[in-house]
Amino acid sequence: MKPSAFDYRRPEQLDEAIDLLGELGPDAKVLAGGQSLVPLLSMRLVAPKHLLDINRIAQLDFVSCGADGVRVGALARHAVLERDAGARAVQPLLAAALAMVAHPTIRNRGTTVGSIVHADPAAEMPAVLCLLGGSITATSTSGRRTIGASDFFLGPLESALQEGELAVEAFFPALPPQSGTAFAEISRRHGDYAVCGVAGLVTLDDDLRISVARAGYLSVSPTPLVLDLTDAVSGRTFDGDLSAAGDFASAAVDPEPDIHASADYRRHLVGVLTNRVIVGAAQRAAREIMANGARQALPMPGAQP
Amino acid sequence: MTSRMVGEAVKRVEDPRLLVGAGRFLDDLGQDAAELAVLRSPHAHARITDIDVTAALEVQGLLAIYTYEDLTGPLADPLPLLIPHPAISAGRTQYALAKDEVNYVGEAIAVVVAENRYLAEDAVERIVVSYRPLTPVVGVQAARAADHLVHEDAPGNVAAHFVQEVGDAAAAIAAAPFRLELELAIERSASTPLEGRGVLAQWDSDSQRLRMWTSTQTSTGVRAAVAAKLGLDLGRVEVITPDVGGGFGVKIVHPWPEEVLVPMAARALGRAVKFTEDRREHFISAAHERGQLQQIEVGFDATGRILGLSVRFWHDNGAYLPYGLIVPIITSTQLLGPYKPGAYRVEFDSLYTNTVIVTPYRGAGRPQGVYAMERTLDAIASELGLDRSEVRATNFIQPSEMPYDHGLIFQDGRPLVYDSGDFPATLAKLKALVGWDDWPAYQAAARAQGRQVGLGLACYVEGTGVGPYEGGHVQIETSGRVKVATGLTSQGQGHQTAFAQIVADELGVSMDDIEVVTGDTRRFPYAVGTFASRAAVTSGSAIALAARMARRKVLKVAADALEANPEDLEIVEGMVRVKGAPGVAMSLGTVAVLSNPLRYAFDEASKAATQFVVGDSDLPPVNEDDEPGLEGRDYYSPLRSTFANGMHAVIVETDPETAEIKILRYCVVHDCGTLINPLIVEGQVHGGVAQGVGGALYERIVYDDAGQLQNASFMDFLMPYVSEVPESIEIDHLETPSPLNPLGIKGAGEAGVIPSAAVFASAISDAEGFAITAMPISPSDLFELRRRHAGTDGHNESIAKKEPTR
Repeated sequence: MKPSAFDYRRPEQLDEAIDLLGELGPDAKVLAGGQSLVPLLSMRLVAPKHLLDINRIAQLDFVSCGADGVRVGALARHAVLERDAGARAVQPLLAAALAMVAHPTIRNRGTTVGSIVHADPAAEMPAVLCLLGGSITATSTSGRRTIGASDFFLGPLESALQEGELAVEAFFPALPPQSGTAFAEISRRHGDYAVCGVAGLVTLDDDLRISVARAGYLSVSPTPLVLDLTDAVSGRTFDGDLSAAGDFASAAVDPEPDIHASADYRRHLVGVLTNRVIVGAAQRAAREIMANGARQALPMPGAQP
Repeated sequence: MTSRMVGEAVKRVEDPRLLVGAGRFLDDLGQDAAELAVLRSPHAHARITDIDVTAALEVQGLLAIYTYEDLTGPLADPLPLLIPHPAISAGRTQYALAKDEVNYVGEAIAVVVAENRYLAEDAVERIVVSYRPLTPVVGVQAARAADHLVHEDAPGNVAAHFVQEVGDAAAAIAAAPFRLELELAIERSASTPLEGRGVLAQWDSDSQRLRMWTSTQTSTGVRAAVAAKLGLDLGRVEVITPDVGGGFGVKIVHPWPEEVLVPMAARALGRAVKFTEDRREHFISAAHERGQLQQIEVGFDATGRILGLSVRFWHDNGAYLPYGLIVPIITSTQLLGPYKPGAYRVEFDSLYTNTVIVTPYRGAGRPQGVYAMERTLDAIASELGLDRSEVRATNFIQPSEMPYDHGLIFQDGRPLVYDSGDFPATLAKLKALVGWDDWPAYQAAARAQGRQVGLGLACYVEGTGVGPYEGGHVQIETSGRVKVATGLTSQGQGHQTAFAQIVADELGVSMDDIEVVTGDTRRFPYAVGTFASRAAVTSGSAIALAARMARRKVLKVAADALEANPEDLEIVEGMVRVKGAPGVAMSLGTVAVLSNPLRYAFDEASKAATQFVVGDSDLPPVNEDDEPGLEGRDYYSPLRSTFANGMHAVIVETDPETAEIKILRYCVVHDCGTLINPLIVEGQVHGGVAQGVGGALYERIVYDDAGQLQNASFMDFLMPYVSEVPESIEIDHLETPSPLNPLGIKGAGEAGVIPSAAVFASAISDAEGFAITAMPISPSDLFELRRRHAGTDGHNESIAKKEPTR
């Protein structure tokens, strides 16, 4: 378990990295947190001629939050994003999902953008990016482009990044108004890749009835799967029977069996976990609406009605 | 009076060093050594038609490549079949490097030695082997069907067929008022020590001596095997075990191919050579265990008393049989546990498959046997509507029946005779600990809340401390410090602590003044090894006897010097003194000085032993029946094994929706005779239970039909994390001393893992209302079982429930 020989480059400027990547061509691999790449190197499942380490490029190490969402630089570690108070406020699904990403030691080193670019359908953050309709920004010598999540994941471990492109940023849209999110997964051991995982997003109308319900899935399809469950539960109150969402979802998925779980068990879990996250997301949305309503009803001190 | 150390929960003296990273494991040694990498078969079954190393020769830093053709003399013979048995009809072992044929994915074909492991792996990649694939035999069913053979000269894939019978089981079953038949399966798991295998060897061409370090459970076994394979006198081979990061059975197998190839290369190249196994190699080329299919017929009366028991099982021994029949023999005998089965017949086939070899893993066949017996007892209780614990009690051997002779031959070739044990008392303690009598009310209350909980129970007896022998050496230095050596190895058992406790009591010295060395053939060349829960019993006893010998010498020398009778002396805190007159005393160090008559004083203290100072001029300085120094060397060779026992209970909760299995409580009552150190024994139990949780709920070895291992990494072989192991394991002890050894001790190393498959199967059956007959079990398995028992294929079906039985 020792890697084949490779040339190692560690640029400190983004421009330099982009130039190198263009110059080195398809034989170069980008090293960020290394949580997937280093084991693959050690097992000689990949043997790139060049390793381009981006860990010294300080300008990629950021989490920036705006009203529209959260921008995550290519060097932001999972753990940093997980603990970022601004990100938590703008899009609470991020912290909920990141808590399920492997173990703390892996989150301390691994990067969120790296995990997305690795495009493992069993990983949490690709599914979150897809559910939220986020995007990836990539840069190369021929320019900068933004790729929507739905176009980014082409297959297991296969993304839309092209030769010479470096993913520099992921964008996660903010939580829409009157909405809530939830994340749930079942893994064999604490911190393992999930046998099945679901991220849910629910938007309620002013009467606390469901107007939008969507869920993103990991480990049940070759690329992250997003299902629109709105038709199954539209118009139901947040605390009503929402189990039609799970029924719809489990009928809609076509998971593969592996050594840890049968296909039917995974399909069953899709139903169970869908119900859990839709109920959880609906309740959060309702709490948010009721809390805001209460705030609005509170008169400002000294204000004249 | 010095307080007694045996029985005290002394903290392990090993731990500070290991916890701060000061341990020295195999790969910490030999930093300048050349490194060896192995080309392993990618095929489960194939003929090798050509090996072309041309491209590999171009790798810079390459030192040597070896294939079978380069092996000479005994190295060209198959590796030894370590434990022959008359029932073995086709005993096959592998060559150190494959000769013409490979029989499992991972079998060694060639080795490369290079300046470092990176370069060695580069060269391995460039060796081109041509194969003619053969049909692999994977799994017990395929082995039984024998449509294809693993070894052409092993018909039916049978390595051995063995029957033992006491009474006429078939007749007893036929005549019994009640009868049941069970079919049970248990899958493979593996020892998976955190440190894999590793070997470092240095050849000294001046003295023509080999020194090697290996991560083994038997340094003397490796020494003998390497000496034989390399054609060296034993006196030219030294084997040292550094810190060993776990063994759990897999490192008792020896010699591994690498253990002979590394020293061979070191001698040929004239420089140190090292092999450090990586994790994938460990999964595909070390050893596995557990896989069996079992058929049971039992006849019993209305009280649940077993009148006749017939067990037929098929044991998957993998591609070769280096460790003989130890695992299935243990299954077939230890299956009986604390019970009297009436008439008993057991028949097994040990079968070849094109998979990694099967050799003892902690528990060594017992988990399978206990699983067979305990599933049977639960089935009897269910059939008769009786309390599960009552059915067990009905079949117990009573304390008054000890020693109890089962009339069978055990794994050590000696009669299966239990020396002591109080099974009714063990069960009573366990029932009190887990709250057995309150269980039905708890289960009903939980069920009313929509929760599914289950209580499992399993009992076992473990033959421990097998022979043939171990030895101990105790030497008191002129500093008063005590050096202790025994030949068996340590891989985490706490020997440095436990053996020091024994010596502290025997010699009356502080533990701080005792240093224990294990597994170094330079210090103690006669030994067997650390396996079968035997170290405390065999080496502990030998060290106690050696310490007593040293003590006699101390008292004799001190009696002369103090002009007292030896019987009037005592040793307290390192001082020899006259009882009742503590002022008349001398230190053990001074006694050591006096024990060795000197011509030359080397320091102030030693002047006391020089020729013009001491000695009776009418006698030789060293008497005929005496020797210089304060030493004792003695051996303990048990008549037969001593039998520990224990009973476990677990309470689980199964999620009605996700079928996840959660452990709510885990209770253990354990009787390993006299406890040397309760802290260490409880640590052994904790570790065993943790491995048992892994074996029952998480770990399995998954081969596909082509014989490719599907989960050769810790990502997919689900060794439990601390998060999967119960936060607290509740333990109660019973101490029924063994009459077979000087300290009354029994082994404790394997106990914790033995009843796991049985106790979890019992608890999950209780929670679900249907019998679990295949282990391990995952949530996915449980989900599928629920569907099968509900008789539907839908995914939202209700779960059929039978009334739970106790």
